[in-house]
Formats: sequence, C-alpha cells, structure tokens
Amino acid sequence: MNDNPLIPLFGYFAMLSLFAVGGANAAIPEMHRIAVDVMHWMSDRQFADSFAIAQISPGPNIIIVTLIGYHVAGLAGAAVATVAMCGPTCVFAFLVARTWDHFKEARWRIAIQAGLVPVSLGLIGASAFVLARSADHNIYAALITAVTAIVAFATRINPLWLFAAGGILGLSGWL
Amino acid sequence: MSDSVAPPRSVAARPALLELFRAFVVVSVSGFGGALPWARRMIVDQRGWMTAEEFNEAFALSQFLPGPNVVNFSVVFGSRFGGAAGAAVALAGLMGPPLIIVTVLAFLYAQFGDIEMLGRILAGITSAAVGLLIAVVAKMAAPLFRKRWDWAPLIAIAAFVGVAIMQWPLPLVFVVLAPISIGLAWIKR
Repeated sequence: MNDNPLIPLFGYFAMLSLFAVGGANAAIPEMHRIAVDVMHWMSDRQFADSFAIAQISPGPNIIIVTLIGYHVAGLAGAAVATVAMCGPTCVFAFLVARTWDHFKEARWRIAIQAGLVPVSLGLIGASAFVLARSADHNIYAALITAVTAIVAFATRINPLWLFAAGGILGLSGWL
Repeated sequence: MSDSVAPPRSVAARPALLELFRAFVVVSVSGFGGALPWARRMIVDQRGWMTAEEFNEAFALSQFLPGPNVVNFSVVFGSRFGGAAGAAVALAGLMGPPLIIVTVLAFLYAQFGDIEMLGRILAGITSAAVGLLIAVVAKMAAPLFRKRWDWAPLIAIAAFVGVAIMQWPLPLVFVVLAPISIGLAWIKR
C-alpha cells in the first residue's frame, strides 16, 4: 500500500457527486460498492456504523463521505472526500442557477425534471436495500427497520426519537 | 436597479452576507435527519426571504441537480442573493458546523469503535435509519405508482434492480436509464 489513498478517494467521490441525483441517499450503494467491495477501505460493519453516525449528526446526510474519508486517511482524507463530493456539484449548481429561471416553462426542462424522479426513486430504494442487508442480520433488527418504516410513513414524528428507540433496543442486546 | 423589470419577488430585503452565513449555520445544526424542513422554516416562515412558491422552485432545481440536495440548495439560494460570495457563504454556513462535529465523531469512533456496547447502539440506530429511508421511498413512490404514467415505475424498478441486485456501478445505471426516462417524459407529455 504505497499508493496515496487520497487520489482514489478524490477521484471516486468527485465522479460520484455528478451522478448522485437524489442526494446522499441515492449514492449509498455506490459508496458501499467502492469503499467495501472494490477498495476494501472498510468492513461492511464499519460502513453501516458510518451511516448511523451520519444520520444522527446534524446537517446534510452527505457528511457520511467525511466519515469514510477520515477512516481511510485521517483528517486529510476527511477533507479530500468532502471537497470531492461537494465541489463539482456546487460549481455545477452555481452555473445552472444563473440560467435555470429563464427556462421555467421550457418543455425540455420539464421532461428532465419529470424523467429524473423515477431514476432517483429507484436509486434511493436500492440504498435502503443495500443498507438493510448490511445492518439487519437477524429478525429483531429487521423488525426495528419494519416498525420504524411504518411509524415514519404514517406519522410526522421527529426521526431523532426513532433513532433513540433503535439505539436503546440495540443496547439492550437483542440485535 | 433591475427590480423594476424583474417579476415581483418576496418582500423582504436581501440578506447581508453575514446574515446569510448565520442563517445557514442555524439550519445546519438544527437539521437532524435532513436539513430541508429547517431551511424552509427559516427562509419562508421566519425571514421571508422567499415566498413558498419561490422556495419550491429553487428546491426543485436543487433536487434535479446531482449531489446533495440541501448543499445544492445553499448554493442556489446564496448565489441568488449574493452571487458567488453569497453561494460560498451559505455553503460554508451549512457545511462548517457539521464538518467539525462529524470529524470529532469520526475520531471518537476510530478510538472506541471496537467497544461492543457502542457497536450495539449503532447497530440499532442503523436499523431504525434504514426504516426511515424505506418510509422516504414509500412517500416518493406513492404518487408515482398511482399516476397513470406507466413507464415511470418501470424506470424506478430498473434503477433499483441495476444497483441493488445486479450491483452495477451507479454511473453506468444512470447513463443508461436517465436518457431513456427523460425521453419517455418528453414523448408522453
């Protein structure tokens, strides 16, 4: 391992940032594929833990890349991963924001917006699937997932309560 | 000023850069489980910087753009009110505090991640967080599968199968499916 890990870290996340339509949640499977399966930066378990920490941290969930970067290469890794994930898309957003308003009614714009919705839906669904496979190793864990899904779908409860309940049940040693 | 020709915007004055920064700091530290609802509360309800309609419009754009939605939103919003400086300031406000917090957490995890108790707590939180994600998917899917817009569910399922089951790289799945989906949206309208 004499290769500098910062280079693939930057390359993967910079590319990923341009395809992650649907945000952090849509990019989870690809992050998992790269970090766990391709680059062997972390174990399945560590990836699932990083996801949990990103969820309970304030701010955008994309912060999971900071955790992955830190795991790979400390502070430098955290900085590189975060800049790579946010940089290209921020520049893109800045450029598009200046012109977008002019095309409010344009047919191509409406088609792009409508066409991307089902793609990002499928990607976020895939995230849930990949994470469930990493996290739910027994029936109790799967039950926590199922109950949380139903409660979150049916009510407007603050997610922090659901995380707290999951954490307490986890601590109780059922999982 | 160009305000005379522009369509009527929200009534409140443009926020100063410092105010913009502070507002996004508040959004970022209160935004547990996604910062969007907090951004809306602050921008539309509290400060009146945008009307609800303007907010939806700017957010639709942020969602359509690749990358983290709220991050995009801070850039779109900041640039509208303060050009490049505004975008940079809003982004810094949004990302600064969480970056510091999460770096501390990453350090703690590196030190204590092997402790079994911590592992059990995180495992429980992950299971709950996955449930939350499933609820998000269900909420997004409901209108899509209800509408008589038959190709959209097929695209969603194809994206799911490609990434989750076949485990193909995301860029590959995206480059194949997005043009098909946009093309279908174009034709079917």
